Amino acid sequence: MLTLRDAVVGRNYKVKRLHGEGRVKKRIMDMGLTKGTPIFIRKVAPLGDPIQITVRGYELSLRKDDADLVEILEVAE
Amino acid sequence: MELRIALAGNPNSGKSTLFNGLTGSNQYVGNWPGVTVEKKDGTYKKDKSLKLIDLPGIYSLSPYTLEEVVSRNYLLKESPDAIINVVDASNIERNLYLTTQLAELGIPVIIALNMMDVVRKNGDQINIKALKEGLGCEIVEISALKGENVDHLMDVAKKVAEDHKKTGVITHAHEFNEEVESYIRQIEDNVQALRDNKNHRWYAIKLFESDPKIEDKINVTSEEKEFIKKLQEDADNKLDDDGEGIITDARYEFVTNITHMNVKKAKEGMTASDKIDRIVTNRVLALPIFAGIMFLVYFITIKVLGTPMSDWVNDVFVAEILQGNAGAWMDSAGVAPWLASLVNDGIIGGVGAVLGFLPLIVVLFILLAILEDVGYMSRIAFILDRIFRKFGLSGKSFIPVLIGTGCSVPGIMATRTIENDQDRRLTIIVSSFMPCSAKTEIIALFAGSVFTGRWWFGPLCYFAGIAAVIVSGIIIKKTSIFAGDPAPFVMELPQYHFPSYRNVIRSTYDRSKAFVIKAGTIILLAALGVWLLQNISVDFEFHTFDQHSKDSILSVIGKFFSPIFIPLGFGNWIATVASALGLVAKEVVVGTMGVLSGIGEVGSGDANAIALATRLFTPASAMAFMIFNQLNVPCFAALGAIRTEMNSAKWTWFTVIYQTVFAYTIALMVYQFSSLALGGAFTVWTGVAFVVLLAYIYLLFIKKPKSSKRKVKEEAALQE
Repeated sequence: MLTLRDAVVGRNYKVKRLHGEGRVKKRIMDMGLTKGTPIFIRKVAPLGDPIQITVRGYELSLRKDDADLVEILEVAE
Repeated sequence: MELRIALAGNPNSGKSTLFNGLTGSNQYVGNWPGVTVEKKDGTYKKDKSLKLIDLPGIYSLSPYTLEEVVSRNYLLKESPDAIINVVDASNIERNLYLTTQLAELGIPVIIALNMMDVVRKNGDQINIKALKEGLGCEIVEISALKGENVDHLMDVAKKVAEDHKKTGVITHAHEFNEEVESYIRQIEDNVQALRDNKNHRWYAIKLFESDPKIEDKINVTSEEKEFIKKLQEDADNKLDDDGEGIITDARYEFVTNITHMNVKKAKEGMTASDKIDRIVTNRVLALPIFAGIMFLVYFITIKVLGTPMSDWVNDVFVAEILQGNAGAWMDSAGVAPWLASLVNDGIIGGVGAVLGFLPLIVVLFILLAILEDVGYMSRIAFILDRIFRKFGLSGKSFIPVLIGTGCSVPGIMATRTIENDQDRRLTIIVSSFMPCSAKTEIIALFAGSVFTGRWWFGPLCYFAGIAAVIVSGIIIKKTSIFAGDPAPFVMELPQYHFPSYRNVIRSTYDRSKAFVIKAGTIILLAALGVWLLQNISVDFEFHTFDQHSKDSILSVIGKFFSPIFIPLGFGNWIATVASALGLVAKEVVVGTMGVLSGIGEVGSGDANAIALATRLFTPASAMAFMIFNQLNVPCFAALGAIRTEMNSAKWTWFTVIYQTVFAYTIALMVYQFSSLALGGAFTVWTGVAFVVLLAYIYLLFIKKPKSSKRKVKEEAALQE
């Protein structure tokens, strides 16, 4: 299962589905990471965590542990 | 007729800018009852009949964060006459997600489409008319920063609110896909309590989402609950998600469709902000740039502007002008010496202590407000999160700790920028562990006497401070009050922009005012209390402390309590009373020791002071004394700041007790272990120190408990 934790910087993906439940899942979805949403992996923080992605036209950062809840699909260039 | 209008919107949508622009100085900042979320309300400066309430910046009306629950409870319980929903037009998709939730509350919503100047400059096209029809609410294009069209916004809001009052009609139009709509309809039709509820749609959606805060607010029979559960199971089979997920998906689906149809971006690609960000949070450059900015903040606050201005207030304004003139006047008027001393040393001295910190705090708050407004603050969290979360703090905890090495008071006040309640409280508790500039006076005394020629003593104190922050972070985070699910770190990195001078001034003013009022009260009371203990003898006669220090109530109490410090190596009354007066201000510790031993006011460099320190302390007890004073409750001014920032007596007490116990136990270990290492005998107290050490090791390595008392309590508080 490919999750946002393993995503490669500079590539485009799509959200497949969200795992987990309650406040963490809801918070991630509230920020716009819903099924089918295109995301671009912008960068990784200097110390290796968190990551920064572009979603719905804005910049979002999330820890790898939380990113692990987001199952993704790679999008062909 | 008075109308109440609530301002709601995402963080960084320009909501505060709009609120400040609309209300000017007619605003009041407080807290929402029972929680540490800031509450702002005011009146529209051009029409006093319009009351404005600035709700906290939120992304959603979910039941999971304090800010969201506070906003939601306000909107449902107080039902304001209208909501102005501030929407960042340059980030419209995510902003409209909240709009769909606000529009379901049965309150008329007016969209203030903000930052239209930026949108126009970029050449983007927004079809306002179609958007208005799709959402079913009025839209007014504004630029809060430039004040464009905001008066028109208020006219529209007033008219919409008045119309709604007369007719009771709400026109909001948005609908989800047919599948989701049918689930909502079935709940609306089958739950009796929703029949004549004016917010039936909102409640139906919340029931479908199994919102934990709604189920007990509305009367749902067990059969109806069963019915809803079946619907959710059916939906889960078809759509592979729980109710909450399905509704969130449906909202974003609606928002995506409406924006894709009506918003045309001129060009995709890197904005100026993206280019700045590429350098500022670059893998290689981020940390050096951060270090540079931190150095500037520290340097400007502590060295260049803050301290010289504070010194001037203390030495010239308070000491010479206020106390000098008041003293001379009272002398010539023949005021009794005790009264003159009370007025001058007690009252004016106490007020002066508050005023003296003010320049330092104002300078720091201006700089912090700029960093926040520019958008750099969230980058700090991004860059440092990895290190700080290991010991339970946030990346933003760095600033308070750093500023704390200059002065704990502005350091504690700097925790304002940390949104997460737990992170903020923890940072407040630990940020005063660093040696502040007043504590360096004690370091200097020992470095020049007991530890002459030992260069490592000074740096050691700083390392001890850092270690204390880390150890405390790890331990406190494990206690049941801080344990529980960590909040997810999912954070927006807003676009960089020029700071608005109005926001910077406003935020500096509000925060400084909070310090003067709340911290000021504690500082003044403490100053008066200490004056009394110092200058009144046990026979209730007035003596000045300089002349008759031995008879003062304070000294007698000090003598009584000094045995407590025998295990720490400094059980003499001089060190005890000096430590106690260190609570007034750490600057006076060295001077007090001089006064008490009869050699008069001394500085750390005086030959007399050096002789005294060598007489009173061994290297082991000097180290323990230093550590005790460094880790203990910093001073009354800092205590005032702690009270202001905790905004709770309970948490203030927790801090005081924790710091005292921590300082005592660490100093105990320092003294006992270094005595032992230097060839001392193994005593009962050495045994105690080993037990304490084991206790710390245990606390550092036990697993974190899962349940959280505090969370349950806070949730209970939010129910009402």
